[in-house]
This record gives sequence, C-alpha cells and structure tokens, in this order.
Amino acid sequence: MSDLAQVTRAAPRGMITLRGDLSSAKMKKAVKDATGQAMPVSGQFLGDGTQGVAWMSPDELLVIVPYDTVADAWALIDKTLAGQHYLAADVSDARAVFSVTGVDAREVLARLCPVDLHANSFTVGQFRRTRLAQVAAAFWMHDTGFDVVCFRSVGDYAEKLLRNAQRGRTVILSKA
Amino acid sequence: MSTRLGNKGRLLNRDRAVSFTFNGKTMRGFEGDTLASALIANDQMLVGRSFKYHRPRGLVASGAEEPNGLVNLGKGGHFEPNQRVTTQDLFDGLEASSQNHWPSLEFDVGAVNAKLGRFMPAGFYYKMFIHPRPMWKHVYEPIIRHAAGLGRAPKDRDADVYEHFYAHVDVMVVGGGIAGLSAALAAGRTGARVLLVEQTTHFGGRAPVDGAQIEGLDGDAWVKDALQVLDTMDNVTVVNRCMGAGVYDHGYALAYECLTDHLSEKDGPRHRLWRIRAKQIVTATGAIERPLSFAGNDVPGVMLASAVRDYAVNFGASVGDRTVVVTNNDDAYRTAIAMVNAGLSVPAIVDARMSAGPLADEAEALGIRVLFGKGIAKVKGGKRVEGVGICDQAGEGAVLEEIDCDAVAMSGGWSPVVHLWSHCGGKLIWDEVQSHFRPDPTRPPLGADGTGFVSTAGIANGAMTTLDCLANGHDAGAAAAALAGATGGAGKAPKGDAPDEAPMMAVWMMPQGAGYKLRSKMWLDYQNDVKVSDVQLAAQEGYESVEHTKRYTTLGMATDQGKLSNINGLAVLSDALGQAIPATGTTTFRPPYTPISLGSIGGEASGELFQPLRKTPIHEWSDENGAYWEPVGQWRRVYTYQNGDESIEDAVNREVKNTRENLGLLDASTLGKLVVKGPDAGKFLDMMYTNMMSTLPIGKCRYGLMCGENGFLSDDGVVARIGEDKWLCHTTTGGADTVHAHMEEWLQTEWWDWDVYVANITEQYAQVAVVGPNARKVLEKLGGMDVSAETLPFMQWADGVIGGFECRAYRISFSGELSYEIAVKASEGAAFWDALFEAGQEFGVMPYGTEALHVLRAEKGFIMIGDETDGTVIPQDLGLSWAISKKKTDFLGKRGQLRSHMVDPNRWKLVGLESVDGSVIPDGAYAVADGVNDNGQRRTQGRITSTYYSANLERGIAMGLVLGGPDRMGEVITFPKTDGTEVQAKIVNAVFYDPAGEKQNV
Repeated sequence: MSDLAQVTRAAPRGMITLRGDLSSAKMKKAVKDATGQAMPVSGQFLGDGTQGVAWMSPDELLVIVPYDTVADAWALIDKTLAGQHYLAADVSDARAVFSVTGVDAREVLARLCPVDLHANSFTVGQFRRTRLAQVAAAFWMHDTGFDVVCFRSVGDYAEKLLRNAQRGRTVILSKA
Repeated sequence: MSTRLGNKGRLLNRDRAVSFTFNGKTMRGFEGDTLASALIANDQMLVGRSFKYHRPRGLVASGAEEPNGLVNLGKGGHFEPNQRVTTQDLFDGLEASSQNHWPSLEFDVGAVNAKLGRFMPAGFYYKMFIHPRPMWKHVYEPIIRHAAGLGRAPKDRDADVYEHFYAHVDVMVVGGGIAGLSAALAAGRTGARVLLVEQTTHFGGRAPVDGAQIEGLDGDAWVKDALQVLDTMDNVTVVNRCMGAGVYDHGYALAYECLTDHLSEKDGPRHRLWRIRAKQIVTATGAIERPLSFAGNDVPGVMLASAVRDYAVNFGASVGDRTVVVTNNDDAYRTAIAMVNAGLSVPAIVDARMSAGPLADEAEALGIRVLFGKGIAKVKGGKRVEGVGICDQAGEGAVLEEIDCDAVAMSGGWSPVVHLWSHCGGKLIWDEVQSHFRPDPTRPPLGADGTGFVSTAGIANGAMTTLDCLANGHDAGAAAAALAGATGGAGKAPKGDAPDEAPMMAVWMMPQGAGYKLRSKMWLDYQNDVKVSDVQLAAQEGYESVEHTKRYTTLGMATDQGKLSNINGLAVLSDALGQAIPATGTTTFRPPYTPISLGSIGGEASGELFQPLRKTPIHEWSDENGAYWEPVGQWRRVYTYQNGDESIEDAVNREVKNTRENLGLLDASTLGKLVVKGPDAGKFLDMMYTNMMSTLPIGKCRYGLMCGENGFLSDDGVVARIGEDKWLCHTTTGGADTVHAHMEEWLQTEWWDWDVYVANITEQYAQVAVVGPNARKVLEKLGGMDVSAETLPFMQWADGVIGGFECRAYRISFSGELSYEIAVKASEGAAFWDALFEAGQEFGVMPYGTEALHVLRAEKGFIMIGDETDGTVIPQDLGLSWAISKKKTDFLGKRGQLRSHMVDPNRWKLVGLESVDGSVIPDGAYAVADGVNDNGQRRTQGRITSTYYSANLERGIAMGLVLGGPDRMGEVITFPKTDGTEVQAKIVNAVFYDPAGEKQNV
C-alpha cells in the first residue's frame, strides 16, 4: 500500500470567531475589511490559502487571516462593528491546522468524516463542519487539497488519525 | 467418502495448490477453493458438533446460510471463533480447528446429551432450572456456563486494524448476481452514482452454475461482459467480498468488506465498514434453499441440493459417489443431472410430488431413477450418510425400500433473502405458489418523505427464472435511478432464458403423517438442535406467537439466525396451531445479515486511536518531568509530579506543603473559558448563575454557582467582567462543553430574543496558577505589569505583560494562598511555564498536580463539583446560601430549590469531619445511625464526599454530608469500613486551614 495523500501539520493560522447578524451591511463590511471577501453562504469558504472567510452557522463566521495579522484584523472588525451586537474572539491558538493534499486526499477524509466527498459533490470553495472520527473538525477545499482544522488539544490525535487513514487503497471517490 | 473430482471446478485454479491445516492436520486445496470445498475435497465432512446435543455436524450449505461449518480460525492476535467455512476463501497457511467438542471432534463426551434428548425437550432449561432457586446459582449456572458457546473466546488482543469508509450514492445495489448486475447496468446507464456490493468473491450468483443463458451467452460469459461494461462507467463502483449488512432509516446502510481475510500476506486494514447514505437501495440478495424435514436430516452428508451442485460445479468437490436427491421442486433435478455429468451416481431422485417438469425427463434420459410421491423415512448412518429408507410421502413413514448412498441432496424450495428489505420496515407477502415470503412492493421501507427507498430485484423479489430476474433487476435499477434524480436512459433489459418448470409443492414434513418418533429426529435448526417435535410441543404448551416460540425453543437463535430454519419452523408452528402461514408471520429480521467483526464496528478506534486524548500546551513538559497522569474527561491531567522513585503519596504531600510554604505552579489550562457578550449578557448570566453577575464591576471577579432547572448544583467557577457587555465565565474542566451547550440551549430555545452571543475559547489560552507565599515575588522577578496587592487586589483581574508574555492575570485562589491565575496564548503556554519555572527556582518553585489541588482546596473547605455534588445536591446543602441571590426574581434552579423536599430541614448538609484517630476515612463511607430501615438495612446519617491526608495538618481530613450536620459541631459519628472495623469522626467546620482567610488576601 502506498500513501493516498500527503498530510502536513500546518503552521498556525490566524482565526477569528465572528458572531453577529450576517445579513447586516456592517457585518458584510467587516468581513470585506478583514479578508477582502464577500459574505459566504452556507457551506462556503471564500478566500485562498492565506486568508478568507467560512460560513459556520446562521450567525457565525470563521475569519481566516495570516497568523501575524490577527490582532489587526480583530481591531478592524471591532472598529467596523462598534455599536453593533456581535462577538469576535481570537481562536488562532485554539486550533490545530492540517493540509491534506494529493489526488486521493478525499479518500483520506472519507475514512474519518461522514461527508459526501465525491468529486462531483465536494468541490473547491466548499466548507464543512463535521467530525474527524471522534472529534469536532472542519475542512475546506482549495485547488490542491483540503485544509483541516480541529481543536488544539486533540491535534496529536487528529494527526495520527490522518496519518493512519493516509495509508490505504483508493476506493471510490476519485473515479469521477 | 467425499473427494476431489478430476479436472472440474469453474472457480479453481488447479495450477496453484495451497496448503492449510484443520485440527492440526495438513491438507491441500487449490486457489479458488473456499475452506468448505477444500474440506470436502479432503474427505472432512464432519466439521463440528451441535450446541445442545453435541450431534456430529457436517456441511449443509455452500454460502452465508451455513449453520454447521463454523471453525476457530487463525491464531494469536488473529484468532477468531465461529468463522464460516463456506464463506472463507482458502489461502496458503490457513489454520482452522473445529468447535464445541471435548475431547475431540470424532469422540465427544457431550454427545451423551443426545441420548438424553428425550429428556431435554423445548423449554428444557426454563422448566428444569427454575426450582429450587439456590440450585441455579450453585449448580446449574456453572454447568451451563461451561457448556455454553461454540468457539473459544480469543485470548489475545486483536492484532488487526480496521477502517470505516463513508460513501454517499444515488443507488446502492446489494448483490452481484445477474439481477444485481442488471440493476447496476440500468442505473449506471442513467448516470446515477451507483455502488454495487457482492458478498462473495465472484459475481453472477447461481446463474453460471445452473446453466442460465443470457443474450445468447453462457452465464459466465455474460457476467464477465457485464462487469467489463460496469468498469467503463465512471459513475459505478463495484466491490466484491462486501456484504450489505444492514439497512437503516434515511437510506443509511452498512456494508462489510473483507479486505485481507482471503490473503496469506495480509497488509493494511482487515475489514472496511462502509457507512453509506443511499438515495435508493436495490436488494438483489438472492434466495436460500430450504431443507426438507425428514428423520435423520442432520446426519453429515445430508446437504442442500444446490450446495451439492455448487461444490461439484464450482470446486470439483464431490460429497460422495452416490447421491440421493430428495425434492419438492424441479430445481433439485439440476443437482442430479450435474452429478451424473460429473461421472457420479444418483441412485434415485425422490420427489414428493406426483409429477415433475421437463428436467425430470432429462434426468430419466440420463438413466436416473425418479420416484414420484415418495419421501425419505429415515437416514442410515451416524457420522456419515450410509443410506436412506424410502416411504410414501402421503403415509406415516413405513420403509418401502432402502437405498445405499453417501450423500442426500435435499431441496424444499427457495426462500427469498428478504433480510435487508425487512431491516427498516419493508413488509412481506406470502406467495402461495412458491410457498415463500417475498417483499410486498406496495409496502417498502419508507424514507423521511414518506416514500419507499428500498426496492428489490431478482429471486429476492420472487422472480424464479433467468428471464424474470434480469428484467426485474433492470426495472428496479432504472426506477431507483430515476427516483434518485438521474435523468439518463436506462437502456434495455438483458434477455435470459426461462426453462419450463412444474410447480413446486409445499412439504413441511416428510412423510406428511410422520409419528412422534420420526418427528423428534427431524431437525429444523442444526446449530441449536431444534426439531419439528420441539416446535409442536411449544404450540401444544400454548406458545402461539412466533417470536415467543422462537425464544422458547431457541429456533433460529444461533449464529446463523435461522437462515435455513425460520420458514420451516414457522410452517410447522402454523400447522400445529391450525392456521395459515401468513397468520403466524415471521420473526423480526435484524441487521447485520451475517455477523460482522467487532473490529470493523470500531473502525480505526483501536490502540492509540482508541480515544482522543486532549493535551494542554504544558502536557509535554509535564510528561518529561515525572507526571503521573489521570484522565479527566478526555484530558490527561497531572495527578502529581514524581521526583525520581518517590511514591505517589510522598509526591502529593511534598507538593501540598511546598505550595503553602513556598511556590507551586499548576497547569489550569483545562478549565473552561466561555465568553458571553451582548446587551442582554448580564441579564442572561443572572439567569444562568444563582448569584448576581450583572452588577459585577468591570475588572472584578466573582465565584458563581450554576444549577439546572431542578435546582441541583451542576457547575461552578469564577466569572470575570471584561467590559460593559462582556463577561468571561470559567467552568470546571469537565463542564466546558456542557456548560457551553447549556447556555446555547437556553439562548436558542427559551431566550431566543435576547441579544447574547457565547463563544468557547477554552483552548485559546494556557492558564497557569501561580500559588503560594512567593507567588508575587516570582511574577515581579519576571517583570512587567503591576501585580501588587494595591493594583491587583484579590478577586480582580488585569491585562498586561509578564516576563514579555502578553497575559491576563486573575487574582483568584482555589487554595487559600496568595494566588494568580495567568492566561497566555496557548502557543506561548509552554514557554511561559518554562519562564516561571526558571524564575521560581530561588523561591522554591515546584509544579503540583490535581491531587495536591484537591488537598489544598479541602483544607480550605472549598467544594469540588463531582465530589461534593452528584446531581442530587443543591447549593444550600453545601452551606453556599451566601452565593444565592435573594434579590433576583428568577434564576435557573430558583423554583426547584423552593420545592418541599429541597427545603426539608432533614437534608444532609456539608460539614468537616476529623477522624478521632487522625486516620484518613475511606472515600464514600457512610455514617451509621441507630436501627434499621424497612428493608432491614442499617440506617445511615451521612456520607463522606471528600477525604484526604493533609500534609500541612498532618492528619486525615474529610468533608461529608451529614443529617443536621452544621448543628452538631463536636459530635462524634461512626463510619464502618469495608474491612469490618470502623472509624469515629468528629463533626467540625469544613474550613480546616486558615479559617480567617488571611493567607489569600495579601
């Protein structure tokens, strides 16, 4: 058996949990200011490998920026949303980040996450909150594979899970 | 004897011989053999013993329905009992041994049970062992325990690994016979995403064995073509050795793929459990041939006609030179013809009917003697068939003629495999013509939208000819794809042949007038030894429900779950009850279809992936510095840090003393941290906590109690007000997620119109408790923010920098000492800890663990959620009335705490307890009171909730809930111990150390 994909524990990413009224103009502006992106819809990630924004729930976003700029981004959000009812919290250090890349990257995640990862179903720009075996996780797809995030405390567990699932045989998902 | 035929066997590779062992004896087979076919080829017809009577058991079937051929397989960490020889592919080096016998398979002591058989009727265990009661515990139960079980339990840890795979498909087709292939082809052509699973190694099912003609091709050729076409379809996935195990609500299905069980060189996961969401499921699961109930039908050598044919055609394995075929249908004639074509003898075909179809003519043309209207009265032989006695089917069993033979091939008709259809509620109808239950297409399992999501095809749907199976499969595949939303054309159904066959005739007992003596030798369930007479006795004794009869007689309760016995059993029951078979109904079909490995259910969760282990940023440092770990939820927390070969007890005592005298560091990162923000956040927290949080000034901290609606204390922690509309709530380690969920639940369901957001930021920070008289000194040495008593007094917090680390410092204390809890970014936690540890050297710094934390808090009389609370304790029980606001009109738990039982003055209340002799009172010990209760048990008046050795006080200290406790200071009560002795304890104030609280407020 060979490796289905490459699993890398990535450097910390700047992440801000942002809760508020996603339909408000100020919220849209805050997202634009912090990430340069529009407001994502359900199941969507807008951005690239360094920054972007993901839809977490009807009143929650995950703002992703380079780790070193998280304080600036937070300040921008606070400034734009001043006077509004919202919550922004830096969660950059609360997360472990992995990248899973390669032709059969979907096969690795499909061993751990109850998600339709078929090539026709899960495409670039999609974001999913789910579970990775026994822990909460989320991932989104970019051109070369997936970025996977989970809580920091279970980072070692998640890494072992991904490395274990990385060894295997191709099953189904890449056929299309 | 059974043997290998010359140059036969469509599935064998005669060029690749393999070697295996059975009960230690080396045997030879070929690539392509199943373990069953190889055993037959090696003249090993005896494969086990039955469960109750230890009767010799031989192979009956050739597939998943096999009840007898169960073996212990493998060794060491790969050992597994109850493996079915008919579904186990042979590989070089396979090791198998037979089960349920002692001392040997050939000679078994337990077989004496069979001689006592007439004393062990249905319900024997229930009747025999109910009286006298004490006999059960001391005599019967140990004996039954010894006798119970078929295979041996594995002794070693499972050395294999397993995996799950999540798949989402439009159409799942279960079964790779011609109907399933036809369904997959049709669905595949439409463009739907299709998954076809086949439980065996080979596709095509019975068709190639039975000479089916499809599109002008032999079965094998058409199957090969079909698979090639499917392989070209990118939207179709075909998996063999993958059993559709279960169908559940909402199109969820499990399929069980055996990845390495057929290999000598095993690499990677052994089984893959497919967890499938299918929009539509087509069950093309085939049918199972039914045995006939005649006396002696369990003698090794009596087999299903289809199995005898399978072994000869597929594996070139002959069960015996002379095979008598006994049947109630035309299909079994194919076995007779196959035997003769293989060069073997068929002394007679015994047909219970008075006539048969064209296949009978073909058989007679081959010179086979066909006896119409006849049945088998008895089978001669013990461990092998030696002959049969022929009788009139219409009579009582008088033997007209004896025929010598080595094997009996029986066929009682075919029962569709309706299991997967039935798992999720699909209903059945009774087909009078075929005498079987088949799926009722008008009552399928229903999905969330109220429409059916399972359909069925082929003989699983009652289609009896190749023509019908193919058409049926095609239609089911096309319909399923359309229902799943596929729009492409399904093409045309393949054309198959439909040989003319005469109708079968229901035969539930042979001969139909058999007396008790014969009936008590007619086996229904081979594994559990249930006979026709047992089911009839159950009916006679009043068991009318098929479910009750099943449990009373154990019919169908063995590992094969009655695949062969169910229909025959309920037909006998119906007859005994004088009602039609559909009126009796079937027992419930439950997943999995055949047993699946526990390992596959666990998936990757074994070894170091068994459970997630949560680690703090300081975990690694602790691990390298003598940590003795304890699990706290999924966290690992340090119980104590051992110096060299110091005992755990000594380590805790050292930490406890050092923290009070010098300086202790505690990794408190696991404590929950929830941000609560919004215009209504204060109002919300006033509801969540028993005390008032809305009035807390910015910059200050307050200890808060959280209760459920019933008033019971559920969590506690320090709440800090961060800003005008922002609070930070600390929770217990185990409470972080549950308190977060608790808050969200109330916000989303009850106070959805309040403007409050909550975020769990527990893991964003590493939090270090810096505790002891030297706490301030070490922080000042590191330098940065002002941590003086004036600037940062007790129960306040401030943001700043310490030793170059951005932090938030809380002046809070769970030890009664001068104490700071300092939160830094998690990524800087380890470095911050290092800095504190290094700077603290001159101040006598030592890390301390959770046990020292417990002792320190108990010395101060601080409660611990989970020790002093157990879900039945209210704050008032713990002397915490001061933390319950009298001003608030409402909070969660207020109403509950007003209920009569909560205000009962007789509730046990928290006190300190000092053992009179200074010893440590056992945890959980009860204080006894005079007299006994209504159950004759000693009355109690209190119990220990926390108990420790206090190194600072050099004695045992405890906290406990005691009847009238706070009013009984100085009174001595008695705690009996489990060793029969007792300990006296004085009721004292729970604050053992520094009652005035001078040490923390400096």
